[in-house]
Amino acid sequence: MAVKLYAAIVIGSMETEMKIYELSSRKGMKEVDCVSTRINLGVDAYSRGRLDTEKVDELCRVLKDFKRIMEGYKVDAYRVCGTSALREIRSTLITKDYIEKQTGLPIDILSNSEQRFLDYKSIASESDSFENIISSGTAIVDIGGNSMQISVFDKDKLITTQNIRMGKVSTREKFLPLAKNSAHFEKLMVELMDHELNGFGKLYQKDRQIKNLIVIDSDLLALLDKADAGSSVLVVGKEEFMDVYRRSVYLSPDEITQQFGLSADSAPFVVPSMIFSRCLLDKLGAEDIWIPRMSATDGMCYEYAVNHKMIRSRHNFDEDIIAASRNIAKRYKSNQAHVKNMEELTLQIFDKMKKIHGLGQRERLLLQISAILHNCGKYISLTNVAECAYNIIMATEIIGLSHAERQIIANVVKFNTLDFCYYDELASNSSVSREEYLVIAKLTAILRLANALDRSHKQKFKNAVITLRDEKLMIAVESQEDLTLEKGTLAEKADFFEEVFNIHPVVKQRKKM
Amino acid sequence: MAANEQNLPEGAHPSKAGSAGNTEKYRKPEYFTNRELSWLDFNMRILGEARDKANPLFERLKFLSITASNLDEFFMIRVASLKDMVHAKYTKADIAGLKPEEQLSLIQEKAHQLVSLQYSTYNRSLIPALKQNGLELVTAHEDMTQEQRIFADRYFEENVYPVLTPMAMDSSRPFPLIRNKSLNIGALISKKGEKGKTEFATVQVPAVLPRVVELPLGADGVRRGILLEEIIERNIDQLFLNYNVVSAHPYRIMRNADLTIDEDEAADLLKEIQKQLKKRQWGEVIRLEIEDKMDEKLLKILKKEFDVKQDDIYAIPGPLDLTFLMKMYGIEGFDHLKTPPYKPQPVPALEGETDIFAAIRKKDIFLHHPYMTFDPVVDFVRKAARDPQVLAIKQTLYRVSGHSPIVAALAQAAENGKQVSVLVELKARFDEENNIIWAKMLEKAGCHVIYGLVGLKTHSKITLVVRREEDGIRRYVHLGTGNYNDSTAKLYTDCGIMTCSEAIGEDATAVFNMLSGYSEPKKWNRLSLAPIWLRDKFLSLIRREADHARKGQPARIIAKMNSLCDQEVIGALYEASAAGVKIDLIVRGICCLKVGIPKVSENITVRSLVGTFLEHCRIFYFQNGGQEEYYMGSADWMPRNLDKRVEILFPVEDEDLKKEVRHILDIQLADTLKAHELKADNTYEKIDKRGKELLCAQEYFCREAKERAGKPEDPVMSRVFVPAEPAEDVEKTEN
Repeated sequence: MAVKLYAAIVIGSMETEMKIYELSSRKGMKEVDCVSTRINLGVDAYSRGRLDTEKVDELCRVLKDFKRIMEGYKVDAYRVCGTSALREIRSTLITKDYIEKQTGLPIDILSNSEQRFLDYKSIASESDSFENIISSGTAIVDIGGNSMQISVFDKDKLITTQNIRMGKVSTREKFLPLAKNSAHFEKLMVELMDHELNGFGKLYQKDRQIKNLIVIDSDLLALLDKADAGSSVLVVGKEEFMDVYRRSVYLSPDEITQQFGLSADSAPFVVPSMIFSRCLLDKLGAEDIWIPRMSATDGMCYEYAVNHKMIRSRHNFDEDIIAASRNIAKRYKSNQAHVKNMEELTLQIFDKMKKIHGLGQRERLLLQISAILHNCGKYISLTNVAECAYNIIMATEIIGLSHAERQIIANVVKFNTLDFCYYDELASNSSVSREEYLVIAKLTAILRLANALDRSHKQKFKNAVITLRDEKLMIAVESQEDLTLEKGTLAEKADFFEEVFNIHPVVKQRKKM
Repeated sequence: MAANEQNLPEGAHPSKAGSAGNTEKYRKPEYFTNRELSWLDFNMRILGEARDKANPLFERLKFLSITASNLDEFFMIRVASLKDMVHAKYTKADIAGLKPEEQLSLIQEKAHQLVSLQYSTYNRSLIPALKQNGLELVTAHEDMTQEQRIFADRYFEENVYPVLTPMAMDSSRPFPLIRNKSLNIGALISKKGEKGKTEFATVQVPAVLPRVVELPLGADGVRRGILLEEIIERNIDQLFLNYNVVSAHPYRIMRNADLTIDEDEAADLLKEIQKQLKKRQWGEVIRLEIEDKMDEKLLKILKKEFDVKQDDIYAIPGPLDLTFLMKMYGIEGFDHLKTPPYKPQPVPALEGETDIFAAIRKKDIFLHHPYMTFDPVVDFVRKAARDPQVLAIKQTLYRVSGHSPIVAALAQAAENGKQVSVLVELKARFDEENNIIWAKMLEKAGCHVIYGLVGLKTHSKITLVVRREEDGIRRYVHLGTGNYNDSTAKLYTDCGIMTCSEAIGEDATAVFNMLSGYSEPKKWNRLSLAPIWLRDKFLSLIRREADHARKGQPARIIAKMNSLCDQEVIGALYEASAAGVKIDLIVRGICCLKVGIPKVSENITVRSLVGTFLEHCRIFYFQNGGQEEYYMGSADWMPRNLDKRVEILFPVEDEDLKKEVRHILDIQLADTLKAHELKADNTYEKIDKRGKELLCAQEYFCREAKERAGKPEDPVMSRVFVPAEPAEDVEKTEN
């Protein structure tokens, strides 16, 4: 059947949602059902680091029901993702396993950056005007239960994405008991936000003008939404926003429910969301707030559809990940020319070796990011580059990458210069799986080889032509330069390359007269 | 009850922010009629049909029977609830300014008048007319021939005596439990040889035996019947062998039958309702009916034991419990005194169609029952159950028939591997037991059964069929104003649409997700739901008309419903009327709105249609400055519909369907035979026919349906009357 049905389930910190989509290359992606229920996992997760057994059982009951609904639709594929509430408890693996056993549904626990990336993809998937919006200064703020993610775009490019540990559930839980009254609560929240945003502004916004503020928050949407709204994005002017702000921010959840018709589940958290949004409007200087009516499930479906070539992406998300990585490299003063040359070399080697390594586009992207970030450790220490780069990468959110992917990159960068740790040793010190280990080994071998080719950071292999012939990787370069250093380093690094791929790299220099 | 609701009169609704501020002006108690008194007026209008000699005799019997069963239910629920309020010392006034005690007093007064009129109709009009037509109900035993007496006594010995359980009361035996609505014979008995000392005894007239027993034909050729209690009274000596029976008279009690379920506390709603149903037999006695010539001493005992006040006692000049007249209707040989049965006609849009889904894809389909057959609705579910492309069927069930083909089809669908979700409303009053049986059966067949929602009754009538077609998922929806009950669909006038509109399909999916306990959707395309959005929707539609009128644009409202008693909606209607909106209301039953109040309701007319079929459609028309809008739905303009139930209002958007709906309203507004008009003095009067065409809307629609189906009108049928269902089905106070 030309039309496929896909189900996306997100276990959020406050809501668990399933959407069923119809996918076809002719009509694209269309939502056919949306089922959601409030299960407030966030409060327990963020305050106690664990979930109530009752809530876990409730979650299992809901997921089983979702499964029943999926079976009813006879869906062709599905994905279940857990977000911050499941990620941030102490017993993530145990709880995940329990839920999986109870429901028979495998769950992917998303890293913060993966989760935010899905939210971000959801906007791009629906909004026709997305490309126009991000062509000028735009900030996408994704307000979660435990933190918020701020991503800044300019001239179609992602400038940065930062996670601020202030979420609507966690701040409410923490600061409401300290506040004397609702006005005092507002004051405390504004103080905190101002502090966080000042730091963000100095580092990332600088003089950049942010015209559009996109806020991803379902509670805010419920409060501000108009009954007859048909489009996929709600646009609220600053004046209108401030009018609702003044009428709502000092109210109790019950009063909000009564006066604004908000559900009792949403009402407690909408005030923190309103305060965050107001601070963002003030600090970033935006005139309108755009609130998408989409959710992460839309992003999941979009990702599935693009991966399965059912729809063509209107926006290159890999470019966003690369742009974000380049910004990190820039922040840590990496040698731009060297990095660029490394990117070209690694990707060329990767592409030529395709039949040998058997890796896909995603691993190609990880290799490219490894190349971009391989030098960032030098910012901290010139002697301990590998460990420093590893630590920087592991501590830095890179939008769109999972924790496991970030770990692969960090290891590849680390073993670029340090001795490679084989599986037993590597697995005993980290959570790297067998498959991930193999990817690390292959990408490391390529990065090491490429790095050897630009040992002098002079881009002597800028126009190298690489071919795979008779179990040899021929690297031909037309150059007048002295390649002694590169050839020497290559001889040293070629061992590992050979060990991994059983291919011997050979450099051929042609000197043009 | 929330603190902020405590000071509101019954029928009032706490205003939300954003409501028009002028409503206080229109909330004066003198602008409203008490709903119970208005209901009694409605029952009086039905009684009018029993008194109308233009109706065939057996149809009149049926109308009288309906008034009796209606009154029983009214007492069990409404009067019982008021009595509860009095016991709880609740003194808040209703929207008409009457406190519960005052309401009870006025109800008793009016109910006594009604009962008196029922029996004068029975004794003076119907019984003599029956006799004239060769059917007699024996009341004086001496009127029976010897052969008939022997027959009656033998019937007693062989059929009645074995199922009787006489119970006596003395110091060692307490007063027995008398079941709600049961007919009993109370007797004073004294031991033979012990003069002066009497004891109380009682025996229930068995409900398992026919109430009317036909006697052998006498020489005069008149067919005679005798009531079962008369046969027992004739032979009562045999029940108390060592006693003398001093006196024996029938009596009947009515108990408080309102279920009180603490749904938040009830772990299992199904079990809790089953438990409460048993308790219904033990509720407080709120009415005692006795034979008018009952022995004073016997009455004193009953009065004491049932703890009833004088006002609650109804001395009946005739047989108690007139619902037996519905059984008499079934006596063979009197077809000439009955209306020929009407056969619902095929739906024109479906003529020649073999695939209902293909037909719906072509065009939205309009259904008007009982003029058009209910079969397409049953077919819709049946076909879906068998169709391999169907993935899921979802339906709400409020009241279903005895052997519901819809329930059978749903079970079949589940067995065929379809995903079937059914919301069975366990709290549908007086259908609770029936619905429990269906719910269990459906569950057993593999359906996903939702047992209603805590604190809300699901009254909406919606079916969703999800099909996976070549070009994707397509949803087919049936939305109606009446229950999925193939029996009552022959007797109740209802409307429905079948559509595969994407917007309505999405909303229907969201409705079932909400009913399954999931969150409300981010937006609704077309449907409006109670209890969250419907009140505001109606108010905004009414207020929009007022705005149009103020701007001099065309503004009119026509609304047809069963009952109108919501204070806020009535206030909005008054405001619209004052603004110049012409408002025509077709309200079958309770109407708390008053017409003809200067500068308040001068532009409002109210008419009530009481006919052979029970008027049941809810249709709403708003002129909207020329951009006319039509809606239909399951909700009346009553607080319970708008605040305590899940109801659906749906728009009629297809231009052809709009014309059909408008036609229904126009014909109903032109009815001169069965319509009663509300007057400024708060009485209902039949339409003054002078200079007007004689028109009975129900007859008109019957004739029209036949013509459309290509069948000419039967020349013999000048008027169409159709047998109604047993009394308890015909006028449920909630349907």
